[in-house]
Amino acid sequence: MLEFFTGHYAYWFTIILLCIGVYGIMFKKNLIKKTIGLAILQISVVMYFVAVASKWDATVPVLDPNIPVEQAANYLNPLTHTLMLTAIVVGVATLGVAFTLLIAIYNRYETLDEQELIDKMK
Amino acid sequence: MIETHLPAYIALTFVLFSVLIPVFGLWRQELSQPLAVIGSGIAAAFSLYGFVTYLNGGPLRYFFGGWEPPVGIEFVYDGLSGFFLLVINVVAFVVMIHSAETSKRELSGKEMPYYSLAMLMMLGFNGMVLTGDLFNLYVFLEIASLSGYALIAVGNRPAPYAAFRYLIIGTAGGTLYLLGVGFIYTVTGTLNIIELTAMLPMFADNTAIVASLVLMIVGIGVKAALFPMHGWLPDSYTYASSSSTALIAPIGTKVAAYILFRIILWMFGIELTDAVAPLSYILGVLACIGILYGSIMAIAQSEMKRMLAYSSISQIGYIILGLSLANPWGFAGALLHVLNHAIMKACLFMIAGQMRLKEGHSDISRFDDSYRKKYPWTMASFSVAAISMIGLPPLAGFFSKWYLALGSIDNSNWLFLAVILISSLLNAVYFFRVLEKVYMMDPSKGQDEPKDGEYNEAKPSMLIPTSFLAVSLIVIGFANAIIVGVLLDIFPM
Repeated sequence: MLEFFTGHYAYWFTIILLCIGVYGIMFKKNLIKKTIGLAILQISVVMYFVAVASKWDATVPVLDPNIPVEQAANYLNPLTHTLMLTAIVVGVATLGVAFTLLIAIYNRYETLDEQELIDKMK
Repeated sequence: MIETHLPAYIALTFVLFSVLIPVFGLWRQELSQPLAVIGSGIAAAFSLYGFVTYLNGGPLRYFFGGWEPPVGIEFVYDGLSGFFLLVINVVAFVVMIHSAETSKRELSGKEMPYYSLAMLMMLGFNGMVLTGDLFNLYVFLEIASLSGYALIAVGNRPAPYAAFRYLIIGTAGGTLYLLGVGFIYTVTGTLNIIELTAMLPMFADNTAIVASLVLMIVGIGVKAALFPMHGWLPDSYTYASSSSTALIAPIGTKVAAYILFRIILWMFGIELTDAVAPLSYILGVLACIGILYGSIMAIAQSEMKRMLAYSSISQIGYIILGLSLANPWGFAGALLHVLNHAIMKACLFMIAGQMRLKEGHSDISRFDDSYRKKYPWTMASFSVAAISMIGLPPLAGFFSKWYLALGSIDNSNWLFLAVILISSLLNAVYFFRVLEKVYMMDPSKGQDEPKDGEYNEAKPSMLIPTSFLAVSLIVIGFANAIIVGVLLDIFPM
């Protein structure tokens, strides 16, 4: 049983991060905090992909003369990391759009608190 | 020559024009809209040509840079993607023509970035439909979503808040989809949809695969405004500018529905989807709740755009319901409804934009019988689209509901059949309410009271697109047998 927890500790941390992110999105009243929750949620998935690709006793995916290509298992799988570079860029772009929208909201309503915002819209 | 590169051309057209519009827009702002029309027109022509080529020659796979999978990324142009491309690009073309006047009024001075973003969003949607790679799909999904958030944020005063809510929910959905992709990649080691189709039956009892399917359905369901995840839709559609709504409402949710079709019917196959839990039935029940909820909420609205937004939730329910039936009739009905609903919603939202332009509001309770004199052609188009929404023969809307009903009977699913019939009645309630305001005389007013309505019809640049869509609804209604024949050939099983 303990093995189940310690053997997968990287995944447990990503699950905790995911839960923190979802909590931030759902329960925080301030829109900036919601955005931070969103960023944490995205990072948790990035961390999952990175954790999946990790491998003991393997080297970086650059051809090493000592390790022939036939022993591909001795190299890391570079694909997940490359995918995550793209996902991180997407996350940054999302945050950019989110903060732009927040500036527009603040200029129009002078508040970023969700409850106050809803009251002012009526 | 052109055939082999066609899938790339369609996407590249939008890339090209999203760059060309800023270049020319800096010189002459008023060139942005014609350029957007040209761009979407070229893409629509390519999609039409491509679909004809598909009918004659079969599906097409395009490998970028000549690298075949598993190394490279491919675009797959088969029946399903060809059909969706044709629908979304033609609708986008028509909406772009229509947006000339409304954008001058609602976004003066911002046309250049607006149309550039619209082209980027169309690139995202086309890429989502074309791509044969799950992660590439995520990237296109985010391109389409990010530009969509920006387009929605341009509008009334509360529009940025509506867009922000959509951003939070939509990005969370996209992230869940990405997690699902991660699960699939961990188990199978590939992201190519065609390879996955062959590999997935070997992992039928793997819980990670089932979890990834659920995560992907939930993530894409947010974009498709499937019932419990629809919260972002009414506000976004109501507060966004008229041309944004007319562009996003018919296209955005359809493309998300396309991904659900691709994942459930093609990649997993219906047996694998239902292997552990009756997921397709759950999806169908959610769709039913969405249909009834959307119709009932639409009756309660007096703002026309808000009413149409709730009606969108209900109509996307039909499409998902047809998907969950997973038999040829349900499939043909759902795809026919994709076509019909894209045309009907584009037409209705364009008319709402026209009303905002001419009257300064689109509040149904302030409509009266003078509108029939002032806008005879607009109101005629509205009536055709509304009656087609309700589903009266011989208009197009009737036939998609007919095939959906046939599909439900085929599966002996009486709950779904009852929902389809009840919601048609509810549709009648909220559309006849408008028609009654416009075409019936108000009994509380005196008979001899002079009419203040003078002929005040919109410009041809707006009238021709709406009338074209209204006429095409009648044409599709009569040609439904041909279209359904084509659609039945696409069905994968």
